Amino acid sequence: MSGLRVEQVGFAWGPKTALDAVSFDAPAAGFCALLGPNGAGKSTLFALLTGLMRPASGRIEVAGHDLARAPRAALARIGAVFQQSTLDLDLTVRRNLTYFAALHGIAGREAARRADAALDRLDMRERADEKARALNGGHRRRAEIARALMHDPAVLLLDEPTVGLDAAARRAITDHVHDLSREAGICVLWATHLVDEVRGDDRVVILHHGRVAAQGPAAEIAGPRPLTDVFLTMTGKAAA
Amino acid sequence: MTLAPDPSALRSGPGPWLIALRAIVAREALRFVHQRERFVAALVRPLVWLAVFAAGFRSALGLSIIPPYETYIDYETYIVPGLCGMIQLFNGMQSSLSLVYDREMGSMRLLLTSPLPRPWLLLCKLAAGCAISVLQVYAFLAIAAAFGIVLPWEGYVAVLPALVVTGLMLGALGLALSSFIRQLENFAGVMNFVIFPMFFLSTALYPLWKMAESSPLLRDICAVNPFTQGVELIRFALYARLEPAALGWTLLAFAVFAGLAVRGYDPARGLAQRKA
Repeated sequence: MSGLRVEQVGFAWGPKTALDAVSFDAPAAGFCALLGPNGAGKSTLFALLTGLMRPASGRIEVAGHDLARAPRAALARIGAVFQQSTLDLDLTVRRNLTYFAALHGIAGREAARRADAALDRLDMRERADEKARALNGGHRRRAEIARALMHDPAVLLLDEPTVGLDAAARRAITDHVHDLSREAGICVLWATHLVDEVRGDDRVVILHHGRVAAQGPAAEIAGPRPLTDVFLTMTGKAAA
Repeated sequence: MTLAPDPSALRSGPGPWLIALRAIVAREALRFVHQRERFVAALVRPLVWLAVFAAGFRSALGLSIIPPYETYIDYETYIVPGLCGMIQLFNGMQSSLSLVYDREMGSMRLLLTSPLPRPWLLLCKLAAGCAISVLQVYAFLAIAAAFGIVLPWEGYVAVLPALVVTGLMLGALGLALSSFIRQLENFAGVMNFVIFPMFFLSTALYPLWKMAESSPLLRDICAVNPFTQGVELIRFALYARLEPAALGWTLLAFAVFAGLAVRGYDPARGLAQRKA
């Protein structure tokens, strides 16, 4: 069973087509990179995947649940990290996590247990009682990822989660999430325009001008060339 | 295809709904406690009106005995219900402002991606804002009492349900507006075109018959203003009396505003569908 299935999804901002018949599958336990230059439609697709907007056409299935027909069941299985931080900076990390858990109907000792487990997973336990404001960019992102794991989602969506982070924090978070997909068996969809965040055995979907330009294992798409070259060529950004 | 039970699926029954309600109200309360200046500002505004405006107009305005008053009252006493409404009106708009801010900053997304039904989540937000506004009104009434504007004790109890209804109605108005306002910068327009007309074209400051003296049209506009109905509901409740028409109109306005808010936050239409 696929973790995430996107079938012929289309969306337009007024007269401007943002997504045109986008189709791909992300495996139930694996890392899928959604690669695309700025303006390719990645954030629009994320808004559709998280139910913030509805696609004009097509179908989205999350862990077997149709997002249009059973939105609550589908949303219960999604963990999302948006491009913009959604932490409440005046709350402690733990409170941010338990507030989110409450939005998923989890409270009390169960929420506390899950918060500890999620923070442990991201090596953030010792920062649990600090206010989010006191964290640096990398730790804020980790806290957001920990929060997105509070309800044991089947699908973890991350929209350019490393934007604004330094190289070390970027590397650490990319590694963490790769490990997560493997060890916890979570379907990860990682939107980025940074090709160096993709590993050879990751699945890759290249989005360009709202269409899927290529998809498959990264190593296959790259072939003998570096993936960066292939990506730049496909998106018309290669140096002439 | 049959699906195995999801370990992360939302539990059935009212439990998760109430957990979310409690968390959203607690978060709003905590936020309010952290912002002491907001609490002070919320109190200073009506107190300045009470101390300065009412004192100035006291001699200029003569008020006849109108229900629910049974004796001649001074102007300070007359405007207390209007100022209670003002606190709730501003609180509703403040919540609306913070929602637009939340949406721009992204934390509204967190709420809207919860698997609980969206109308319920919006209602939780409303309940949270309403609870804060009721606390503010009671703080204001306590200070007003300290300055000698004392109401019948049963009025202080009876006004609670009225404040909940008006708080929900004005909060729903703020919520509906927040779904149509694209950017924070547009909020000044809301002040000019919503808050001020609603407040001044109501019975908060002058009774309807006083309005009618200057213009029957003005009186009619004031009479259909939902804020007028809310203020009258509070005014009667403060004297432990129920004004059924005011209650009915306030509930109707709440239903309309809440419907607009739910529509505005519907993923298939409303603001979410327009690119910011």
